[in-house]
Amino acid sequence: MYNYTEEQLVSMKKVEATRQERFENLFPRMSAEEKEQVLKENHPDYIESAYEQLKVGPNKGDKVLHELADLLQGKSRVLDMKIDLEHPAYDVDVLVIGGGGAGASAAITAHKNGANVLMVTKLRIGDANTMMAEGGIQAADKENDSPAIHYLDAFGGGHFAAKPELLKKLVYEAPDAIKWLSDLGVMFDKDENGNMITTHGGGTSRKRMHACKDYSGAEIMRTLRDEVLNREIPIVDFTAAIEIIKDDKGNAAGAVLLNMETKEIFVAKAKTVIIATGGAGRLHYQGFPTSNHYGATADGLVLAYRAGAKLLYVDTLQYHPTGVAEPTQIFGALVTEKVRSLGAQLVNKEGQAFVYSLETRDVTASSIIRECKKRNNSIKTTDGEGVWLDTPMIELIGGEGTIEKRIPAMYRMFSKYGIDIRKEPILVYPTLHYQNGGIDISENGEAGIKNLFVAGEAVGGIHGRNRLMGNSLLDIIVFGRNAGHFAAQRAKEVTVGKLTLSHVNAFEKELEEAGLKPTRLSPQILPDYTRKDM
Amino acid sequence: MEKKVNVYFFGKRYEVPESLTIMKAMEYAGYQLVRGCGCRNGFCGACATIYRIKGQQELKTCLACQQQVEEGMFVATLPFFPLVKQVYDINKIKPTEQIMMQLYPEIYSCIGCNACTKACTQGLNVMQYIAYAQRGEYEKCAEESFDCVMCGVCSARCPAGISHPQVAELARRLYGKYIAPTCEHLEKRVAEIKNGDLEKMMEDIMGKPISEMKELYNHRQIEK
Repeated sequence: MYNYTEEQLVSMKKVEATRQERFENLFPRMSAEEKEQVLKENHPDYIESAYEQLKVGPNKGDKVLHELADLLQGKSRVLDMKIDLEHPAYDVDVLVIGGGGAGASAAITAHKNGANVLMVTKLRIGDANTMMAEGGIQAADKENDSPAIHYLDAFGGGHFAAKPELLKKLVYEAPDAIKWLSDLGVMFDKDENGNMITTHGGGTSRKRMHACKDYSGAEIMRTLRDEVLNREIPIVDFTAAIEIIKDDKGNAAGAVLLNMETKEIFVAKAKTVIIATGGAGRLHYQGFPTSNHYGATADGLVLAYRAGAKLLYVDTLQYHPTGVAEPTQIFGALVTEKVRSLGAQLVNKEGQAFVYSLETRDVTASSIIRECKKRNNSIKTTDGEGVWLDTPMIELIGGEGTIEKRIPAMYRMFSKYGIDIRKEPILVYPTLHYQNGGIDISENGEAGIKNLFVAGEAVGGIHGRNRLMGNSLLDIIVFGRNAGHFAAQRAKEVTVGKLTLSHVNAFEKELEEAGLKPTRLSPQILPDYTRKDM
Repeated sequence: MEKKVNVYFFGKRYEVPESLTIMKAMEYAGYQLVRGCGCRNGFCGACATIYRIKGQQELKTCLACQQQVEEGMFVATLPFFPLVKQVYDINKIKPTEQIMMQLYPEIYSCIGCNACTKACTQGLNVMQYIAYAQRGEYEKCAEESFDCVMCGVCSARCPAGISHPQVAELARRLYGKYIAPTCEHLEKRVAEIKNGDLEKMMEDIMGKPISEMKELYNHRQIEK
């Protein structure tokens, strides 16, 4: 059970005292200039010392965070191995690497298109960020909305940097993605007439956030997983892809696989490969805690980069404004944006609101950091500091029972520590949440290397330099299906040549010529949280 | 120095800080987890765990990432449980009582011991949702089971060999696909897009220079 500190209790009283007044007078939205300023002065993306220039590879000269540079320019795990490329353990049409929402959507779609599919995943199918996406999924399917309005919201929210053809695909295929999920049996929140119950997310101009309570990603993921199993698509779990294999024509043609329990090495040969390995929160960029699942270590980026694929916008990360700051047991865990969609406000130590609650995520996170670091209005916590998220406001707005009905997971998560979010506000601080950038792809999902496709968080360019809430669950479905479709079509016309790993040796040589002698093995596969002072 | 407690992982004693969750305590003790660890936030069900406090009779269950350690805690993780998952074609089955009878007949062998409910790491009324499934009341079953993370602890404790999470998954898919009211505005929008009705609006906005887009974005109407 959590015991508040004296300081926290005093501050909490102030939050209660101002609640009615804040309910009546909403904090105003920022102007474009104010947003720009708060970002430049406070967002972690602007901290120059956290970055370095890449010395080798397709993005040579570009700046990336140190933690990612170490892996992109790390030592391949296959260099010292004897790998028999002549006798692959698996020979399939489409190899899907990754068992999250993007991988599952891709696998289902490729299978539907007649392909012989194999899924490999380093944890279990469903152990993925998809499972933890709580808030919802966007789609412009209501009368007052349109894909064009959705496009403008996302394009502006991403600082006008998205690749237009990718963003168009995202918003244009969104309603069909919702229909696809619904037809698979996903239980969206609906009213008695079947209308979707939708809310705002940060930066949306229409209420287009569809949800399944606050288990949106979990409901989608478990349905997709069930469908993969129904289709009897083989899944090789606890197995990491550690290198892409090419053929002598330079096309992607499979992957080297590592059984993480027995350390056995396998070769999977494939006509097309789909990287759906997700994000990188577990690299803990700049020391941030993360809301991400255990396997989010940017493996796909490393594999693709070594194979010659270009990365886009990997210098920009999303810090979700509201990670748990207290209690310490769940430090860094996600408090869904839906809590703010339903009306909870961000409040400082003195009980004052300091930002409109539904600015875009980068602006909101930057405002919290400013309130803590520059204005000294934070509340001290076990692991650092935080601000209040005034959850009781939700019941003031929506009526008693709203919290249990609409955000049951949040209610449960805090009640395990004796905190009743219906009555008490909670302490939050930004947490590393999403990789805005990733592998650069064309409209058909291909990564500039023939027969290598990418889907999901591993893709860069769909959202530009910041992503709106609800556009990630959407992108894994739209681009998962997209990659599955095109990879299956392509597989029909591919004849795989002789398998080779020569690109790995070539990359190693490049590292040497750049004066780099990495010892750290990459991809990382899993983080290491074991105690080091034993 | 933070207070330490004694916990026993698979019977072996470790001294760990009392503020840790079971999962973090295992890592503190030196375990590099591969199995039994997924989202670390209580959503994926990878870290189902059974424990008993020294001197007590009751077996308790939890998710290792959500449960704080206690003095004298004997811990066994359950990283995998052989649930029965029946294969079916969602487009061919119908939400009738017979479908449960065909796919998961063992639910009718429930002896009403309520061990599943007592074991649920999410505090769900598991036996109740199985009762709804038996009666073909899929809406109620779907609602009652909605927060299930499919960790499998219920099934591990079931004397009738029921795979509760899979029964509930079937019920939810039947409800979502066949029983929940159809969304007309969604069907309409999908048809409009297929028909190309919204293509021009899309092209118009995409064709504008960035300066104009910025102007539009900064002054767009926001729904109340």
